[in-house]
Amino acid sequence: MASARDIRRRIKSVKNTAQITKAMQLVAASKMKKAQDQALASRPYAKLLNEILVHLRDQTEEGSHPLLVEREGDRELLIVISTDKGLCGGLNTNLLRQLTREMTPGSRFITIGRKGRVALTKMQKELFADFHIKDPVSFAETKQIGRFVIEQFLNGDYARVRVAFTNFVNTMTQVAMIETLLPVRHLDLGKKKDFIGMGNEPEAVSQNGHGPGPAGYIFEPDAATVLETVVPQYVNYLLYQMLLESRASEHSARMVAMKSATDNAKELIKDLTLVYNKQRQAAITSELLEITTAMKALE
Amino acid sequence: MATLLQIVTPEGKVFSDKVDLVVVPGAEGELGLLSLHAPLVTTLKPGELRYTKDGQEHVFAVGSGLLEVTQDSVAVLSDLAVNEKDIDEAAVEKALEAARKAYEERPDDAHPEDIVALQLAIQKAMAQLSVRRRRHHL
Repeated sequence: MASARDIRRRIKSVKNTAQITKAMQLVAASKMKKAQDQALASRPYAKLLNEILVHLRDQTEEGSHPLLVEREGDRELLIVISTDKGLCGGLNTNLLRQLTREMTPGSRFITIGRKGRVALTKMQKELFADFHIKDPVSFAETKQIGRFVIEQFLNGDYARVRVAFTNFVNTMTQVAMIETLLPVRHLDLGKKKDFIGMGNEPEAVSQNGHGPGPAGYIFEPDAATVLETVVPQYVNYLLYQMLLESRASEHSARMVAMKSATDNAKELIKDLTLVYNKQRQAAITSELLEITTAMKALE
Repeated sequence: MATLLQIVTPEGKVFSDKVDLVVVPGAEGELGLLSLHAPLVTTLKPGELRYTKDGQEHVFAVGSGLLEVTQDSVAVLSDLAVNEKDIDEAAVEKALEAARKAYEERPDDAHPEDIVALQLAIQKAMAQLSVRRRRHHL
């Protein structure tokens, strides 16, 4: 049995741990809020972009842009968005499980986040590129990745580009998902992606009085040229959204994990204190007994 | 009659107000837009966007992007939009200097991504500076 001093030492160390996890929980909560706000802030942009895309879709033909053309083959680029730090529950494990299920021998990997990189290196997979994205996510950084990916897609013989990320459903639920980023399906242009739902419900596109009216837009110089500019922007935006979803998921998962860690530590402190008090009481009782016995013997 | 000018970036709505006249750097040249303009969609070049409200002219530095015009609104979708007043010339110049230096002294085995990032930083800083300078010396 541990001595009273050992128990006291343990209580102290558990208390320290609880303080740290509590602090991490609070930090994660505020960061999650920020990521959500960021996703909200991008909504006016998304709405306008979608409106333009819907009109462009009607005025251009299928396959009129290289990023919209379906390709044959099984070579693909897989972008894996994981977290940089651990202590966020099963987030990365779930993502990697989903990934192992979905990846094919023709997959090459681009990683964003340290955990994914480490795991894929362990699996002896071929890493093609690795990016680091700071917190909070900045669009400028996302754009660079977007441009790199588009370049690779156009120059390489990849059939498609997919992204593995964690979709933020709510604070308690995050779902690992794999979505196709490229090629963009012509019909999907301007449609709401089912994973974009963070913060608030984006409204249905157009049909709200705002718009060009029956005559439609004039495209300058022409619809195809405009489409050429819009599609990469759309891809960048999607990637940005996926990064935001992953970040929000990371922080909420960490918040929940740290909350349960704090609760467990508190429980442990309670139990240890009980044991400690019992032992202390036992020591006092036996001391008293000794004194009374000694008194009795002297009489 | 005024037209509603909105400038949005993925990071948020930068500007939204009724204005009298908007001049934007379109891909095919500068466009002056009043209300009741025909619906139009075009691409934008990085440069300066000017708008007039109550006889006063204001300037934004914008990056490449898209422009959507309807009868009563002008929407600018860009990845960069900075109010001319918010451009800190000294800070931008410093950033430009640092980026140029890093670019010139880059190691031979520098990663292509890093080089692209530096080039981007230089372009952005130069766009902001040119807007600021031109305003200043008018």
